[in-house]
Amino acid sequence: MDVATSPPAPQGGFSFLNCLRNTALEQGLVSQGFQAPKARKTGTTIAGLVCADGVVLGADTRATDDMVVAEKNCLKIHYLAPNIYCCGAGVAADAEATTQLLSSKLELHSLATGRPPRVVTANRFLRQMLFRYQGHIGASLIVAGLDSTGAHLYSVHPHGSSSRLPYNSMGSGAGAAISVLEDRFKPKMELLEAQELVADAIQAGILGDLGSGSSVDLCVITQDGARLLRGYRTPAAPGKRLGRYRYRAGTTAVLSEKVELRSLEVLEEHVQSMDVE
Amino acid sequence: MNSRGSGSQLKDSIPIAEFSASGPFGGHDILRRGFTSVKNELLPSHPLELSEKNFQPNQDKMNFATLRNIQGLHAPLKLQMEFKAVKQVQRLPFLHSSNIALDTLRGNDECIGFEDILNDPSQSEVMGEPHTMMEYKLGLL
Repeated sequence: MDVATSPPAPQGGFSFLNCLRNTALEQGLVSQGFQAPKARKTGTTIAGLVCADGVVLGADTRATDDMVVAEKNCLKIHYLAPNIYCCGAGVAADAEATTQLLSSKLELHSLATGRPPRVVTANRFLRQMLFRYQGHIGASLIVAGLDSTGAHLYSVHPHGSSSRLPYNSMGSGAGAAISVLEDRFKPKMELLEAQELVADAIQAGILGDLGSGSSVDLCVITQDGARLLRGYRTPAAPGKRLGRYRYRAGTTAVLSEKVELRSLEVLEEHVQSMDVE
Repeated sequence: MNSRGSGSQLKDSIPIAEFSASGPFGGHDILRRGFTSVKNELLPSHPLELSEKNFQPNQDKMNFATLRNIQGLHAPLKLQMEFKAVKQVQRLPFLHSSNIALDTLRGNDECIGFEDILNDPSQSEVMGEPHTMMEYKLGLL
């Protein structure tokens, strides 16, 4: 009888079976010029702030695959609970999977406690989960919401550290966004003023950072609930042409016409097959 | 009574790699297991591999240590006795057991994690050889 009759003890979670194969492939193929596929990052600008009535979260909508725009209208504001939303930056799949898992955890927890979930609970779950994976899950998140203790905003980094702040921005466009927020933030702002400030911060990221683009999404969480304002502002819409600048065929008169035949011989033929899998 | 047969009722009764094919060169099935390498078997293939494998036992140890510091030695002792009792309720070795009492004791019945979504053992595509595993468990091998 064979060892193959006994599979390893089943354990859920991540499987590391292919890690050795992957490292062997990378080392073997990099000499021939091939590269391992890179994970799609969101290359983002996300920002949030706490205002008088609640919290306002904002994000851009571009997802990049290295230097190519993979998606022009992706949603980076994720639902965690009816009163808690979260913006995700970093590796797109990691942010998506982490926020979905966190949303399930929060729902189970609130069913067990019998109370609506709190933002600090979401923050703690997230920190513990990300620290457990030592930063290999590349998700930077801004978690914000309104609960029984008030309005809170936490920014969580991939290695598991978090800060509770009145406003913050993350992602590749964080520098541009935080400069706008630092300039104009005031405690206990009015809701409309806060929306405009967050939209301006994200717009600064869109215009100043290559990894962010397309449009601004906002999420406003107040006592009345959460509203997702998709496409709140589109600073990067393509310009409209004001007139036709092409000349009609026949505008220039033809004086004379001469046709000459040229014979071409094929010197070299190079066939490159396309990888269509 | 065969002591090995009754002893293996308590521990995890999936056979370990003691039985190898008696080929002249290979120590095992190369098609299914791949080439052997001492380095691959000793060293982890990913920084997280060991910490993930030991995550649940380490959590348990941490919780028991905390419980001992707060409530005294009797608390973890009683809990560990309950754990031991509950781990004996298993299906046949090649079938997946729900471990519902164990999950409730650990508090995992109200939690969800990546281990519930990815690589769920109840939906595994491979199964051990039933007869061999039963024979190993009953000590008839």
